[in-house]
Amino acid sequence: MTEPHNTAPGYPRIASRIVADPDDISRALRRLSHQVVENVKDVSNLVILGIPTRGVPLAQRLAKNIEEIEGFTVPVGSLDVTLFRDDLRLRPSKALEQTLIPSVGIDDKVVILVDDVLFSGRTIRAALDALNEYGRPAVVQLAVLVDRGHRELPIRADYVGKNLPTSLSENVSVHLSEIDSVDQVIIQPKEQSIEGTA
Amino acid sequence: MKHLISVQDLSRNDTLHILDTARELDRVTNGGSKLLPTLRGRTVVNLFYEDSTRTRLSFERAAKRLSADVVTFSAKGSSVSKGESLKDTALTLKAMGADMIVVRHPSPGAAHRLAHAGWLESSVINAGDGKHEHPTQALADALTIRAHLRPDAVDFDGLTIGIVGDVLHSRVARSNIFLLSSLGAKVVVVSPPTLLPVKIENWPCTVSYSLDATLPELDAIMMLRVQQERMNGTFFPSELEYSRAFGLNRARAASLPDHAIVLHPGPMNRGVEITAEVADGIRSVITDQVANGLKVRMAAMYLLIGGEVNVA
Repeated sequence: MTEPHNTAPGYPRIASRIVADPDDISRALRRLSHQVVENVKDVSNLVILGIPTRGVPLAQRLAKNIEEIEGFTVPVGSLDVTLFRDDLRLRPSKALEQTLIPSVGIDDKVVILVDDVLFSGRTIRAALDALNEYGRPAVVQLAVLVDRGHRELPIRADYVGKNLPTSLSENVSVHLSEIDSVDQVIIQPKEQSIEGTA
Repeated sequence: MKHLISVQDLSRNDTLHILDTARELDRVTNGGSKLLPTLRGRTVVNLFYEDSTRTRLSFERAAKRLSADVVTFSAKGSSVSKGESLKDTALTLKAMGADMIVVRHPSPGAAHRLAHAGWLESSVINAGDGKHEHPTQALADALTIRAHLRPDAVDFDGLTIGIVGDVLHSRVARSNIFLLSSLGAKVVVVSPPTLLPVKIENWPCTVSYSLDATLPELDAIMMLRVQQERMNGTFFPSELEYSRAFGLNRARAASLPDHAIVLHPGPMNRGVEITAEVADGIRSVITDQVANGLKVRMAAMYLLIGGEVNVA
């Protein structure tokens, strides 16, 4: 358990630290993939949707792992939830990311939403609203690489790569090689926040 | 960005941002058929001092697709016909609490005045101010050209686009000349000298007086409406003569390159600037322009009032 560090003036600032390296991330994803296969049983009914930005490469890696385990190519897509957020008015309008629903659709499918960090739960709430626009899945599940706590809504993940207790004065950034050229999870004080923060 | 008054206020990146947003909105809404909750609780006022069907309907529909409340106000049948000034109308709208005002007005600069006079805090979109500008139409045209001719590229380098007809009275032409050239296209204006604005040589375009000579080099051609309601002088001898020299008919369309597309901002005078055959032909992307108008208007509304509205 990490003690929240004090960011009050006068205290030395604790620098950012890496809490997961490439091996940790790939092991976590492999475990998640096996859990999904065990849990879902019939992977032919599965659709995996990544939430941009970093949920998308995670969704692709998950699908690739599942293909290696089960020999079945799972349809992968992306779901941009920006337009469905309830906190749009708290910040300037954001550029939209790509939404790509696989051609098989999501009706009666087992849809797994994938995101990098689960925090307030508001992104997932928006994603559930967005899903409504595309059909009626049989089941919706959630896979995240990092669960950092501090939920503001009654939402939980079905598959968690790493539980990471954090303080609200910290940011958690997931970096993925497809976007950031390196795989790692970083905790840093809020002031240093950079892109990729949930 | 708080207002959308003129394409000349847009940097190249602003324009691309709006076009990209429009493309993603189209994907998310599956061609505009789905309702998004994005602007729930926001009020958009359509303030139309000039007749318009397609632009007003397009803005109304865009706002409704984003779940905004829409109030449409046309000068006919309102207090404007009793002599109310633009300022008093603006103060009324402020008191009612409008987040965005979409304004069309016969006077150039009306939208700018509404946005910057300090009468209200709303975002303002210019839906056409006299002969000045019509930025969302130019954005719709750019989106159409991009979809057909440059689907994978970011800009319009290497494209030559002809704008034909009444450039003098056309806000669509003015907005398009500045917007398309800012994206890297070469714009050629083809018009009789009487229908060219003064100082056109300072605009980012070249001028030709011969449509036939220009056609083979065009990737896209935009026919402008002969605006009978603004023709209060003698600009050409007769409609027939104009049509013979500057109208797009089948023979002329045949001398365009094979990939070239035909645009018209509407409403068309069939038989004057464009024949029905060409307007309904395979090169025509006129209905795409209407569909794309909806997308760019949704994009502009989302970008202007979708997020935190900064007091600027």
